[in-house]
Amino acid sequence: MDFNTLFSDFGGYTITGLTVGAIYALVALGYTLVYGVLRLINFAHSEVFIAGAFAAIWGWAALGLDRDSVASGFGSIMLYLLVGALIAAAASAGTATVIERVAYRPLRKRNAPPLAFLITAIGASIAIAEAFGIYTRRLPVGAPTVVKNDVVFTVFGAEVTVVQLLILGSALAMMVALDLFINRSRIGRGIRAVAQDQNTAALMGINKDRIILVVFVIGGVMAGVAGMLYDIRIGTLTYSVGFLLGLKAFTAAVLGGIGNLRGALIGGLLLGLVENYASALWGANWKDLVAFVVLVVLLMFRPTGLLGESLGRARA
Amino acid sequence: MRQKLVRLVGGVAIAALALGGAAACKSDSASNEAGGDGCGSKIAFFGALTGPNAALGINMNNGVKLALDQYNKENADCQVTLVPLDSQGNPEQAPGLAQQAIDDAQILGVVGPAFSGESEAANPLFSEAGLVHVTPSATRPSLADQGWKTFVRTVGNDLSQGPAAANYIKNVLKAEKVFVVDDQSAYGAGLADEVKKVLGAAVVGSDKVQGDGKQSDFSATVTQVKSSGATAIYYGGYYAEAGLIRKQLTAAGVTATLVAGDGVNDPSYITGAGAAAAEGDVLTCPCMPASETGGTFAEDFKALHGSEPGTYSDTAYDAANILLQGIKAGNTDRAKLLEFARGYTGQGVAANYKFTENGDLAPEAVRVWAYVVKDGKIVPDQEIPKS
Repeated sequence: MDFNTLFSDFGGYTITGLTVGAIYALVALGYTLVYGVLRLINFAHSEVFIAGAFAAIWGWAALGLDRDSVASGFGSIMLYLLVGALIAAAASAGTATVIERVAYRPLRKRNAPPLAFLITAIGASIAIAEAFGIYTRRLPVGAPTVVKNDVVFTVFGAEVTVVQLLILGSALAMMVALDLFINRSRIGRGIRAVAQDQNTAALMGINKDRIILVVFVIGGVMAGVAGMLYDIRIGTLTYSVGFLLGLKAFTAAVLGGIGNLRGALIGGLLLGLVENYASALWGANWKDLVAFVVLVVLLMFRPTGLLGESLGRARA
Repeated sequence: MRQKLVRLVGGVAIAALALGGAAACKSDSASNEAGGDGCGSKIAFFGALTGPNAALGINMNNGVKLALDQYNKENADCQVTLVPLDSQGNPEQAPGLAQQAIDDAQILGVVGPAFSGESEAANPLFSEAGLVHVTPSATRPSLADQGWKTFVRTVGNDLSQGPAAANYIKNVLKAEKVFVVDDQSAYGAGLADEVKKVLGAAVVGSDKVQGDGKQSDFSATVTQVKSSGATAIYYGGYYAEAGLIRKQLTAAGVTATLVAGDGVNDPSYITGAGAAAAEGDVLTCPCMPASETGGTFAEDFKALHGSEPGTYSDTAYDAANILLQGIKAGNTDRAKLLEFARGYTGQGVAANYKFTENGDLAPEAVRVWAYVVKDGKIVPDQEIPKS
């Protein structure tokens, strides 16, 4: 164990950990929303994320930004970010809609057992990932430098960069917006109602299928933006990265309490931090081991996750 | 009672199938050995043709294709065909593919396995079956010490490449602080260990990451490199992760030179990292630049494939030629071809070949070159002197 490495640059590990965690959290929202409403783990959500990440790169390419270009000027950077986010969100939401229509709704209509959903979820996930793999010839696809990673300020010896601020800022903003949407809007009330009791909600005049679709679309939008932020942060995208990232995001959702929106945020940030600290203490090869041991231990003491409860019952 | 009967019938059926299968196999191999003149025999290429590290495998396969193309033009009445075995560089797939090659009695020799990890999984099977395999690229030193009777290597191992890289870091880059990272693969960790041994106290830190596309975020490693103040980074692994690490290092403001081995020596490294980030990085290889290889290899390669030969195209071409020369000389069963390949001496395009009794390339035949990334291209820099 090497405490020196960790404490000599504690601020640096904290800020990068939070940045990774913010992306986990955005993807985790998709798992948690769908689980809250349908009691279904949407394992194809990792490919919803990948679709957005690819769409952003291809969208930028269509605007003339290839992997070696560097965007400059505040106005054009904001424009690229906005366009990238819109394209990514649209692609991810579209993918999520297709998955719901093709892989889940037909099963729901036939009252299929939960195992069948699990298999179609995994099937959809593999099929989509492989399609991207074949299309990109399984090669990494480079993203342009949309935001230059300049240092903005230094806090406790840690340099905070534009990219980190962008990711943390936009993730938090989207979380707050989603939280307000679920708790204050009419559709949000519908989502909470369906999450509590589907049949009763239907009797009260709520269109169940529409609410479910909305849930998938919201999860898709979040994952799409996460995909674009991932591109900006990592700079290169391979078709296969969704699997592990999806697993981590799912872990984050469980860690925070699956079905609970604020739990997804806390779980994501915590997982990012634990991973990064573990990398510093024992080396990067240990980070997954430590992260999942932490998960198991935490669930032993709090089986429903940190914040517990699900979407419907949560006072959140 | 009825169940018992069903079981009995089923058991008999399975036994019959197995026997029938065995008989079929037997007759198969018998008829092939009767052939004997080498016409219609096959050689296999074993390596990644798809997957995250496919670029190197494709380089090699193209070298083998060129050798075969030339052979078949000269011997139009007695051709040898190529069987590509796509391992995706994955050790888990290797034993199955090795068995596939062994079961095809027409296959007299194998070029590959390309990577060290898959070699460790596949080579015991080859050794048991007596099928010769000439690897143009698996550089982990210990591969030669496993007692595999069928192992031949047309490339210098990491005992030559690792120290050469370390010497380059010390003498040419003159770096006093070096950070060493590896991907925990048989190849990457082996290479990194050799580098650490030679650099000694100059190594200010080290880390291990995950290869095979399992990791894409290297922020913790980047933070460590940054706070270590290293002016050179050695990476033991393959180009996919190396490109990502370089890109993320540069994004975090680390300008230290990245030095890596032959697994990174591919244009895909620059594609992954971005040309500006990769500029000035040093890649070693126990293979010669195309301009240094003898004869018309580079031109012939370009004429057939429309591209320059890549890393290991030359050693793979030589490996295939050793097998083909053996077949041509009448060594048309596996045992004879094995004996021929292991005893081979002669000039190829990449080296003047001579093998040790383990099948490893003799130390005096090994030459390690340093290449640098310049204007988005990998260009030869210099041959690294031994020690």
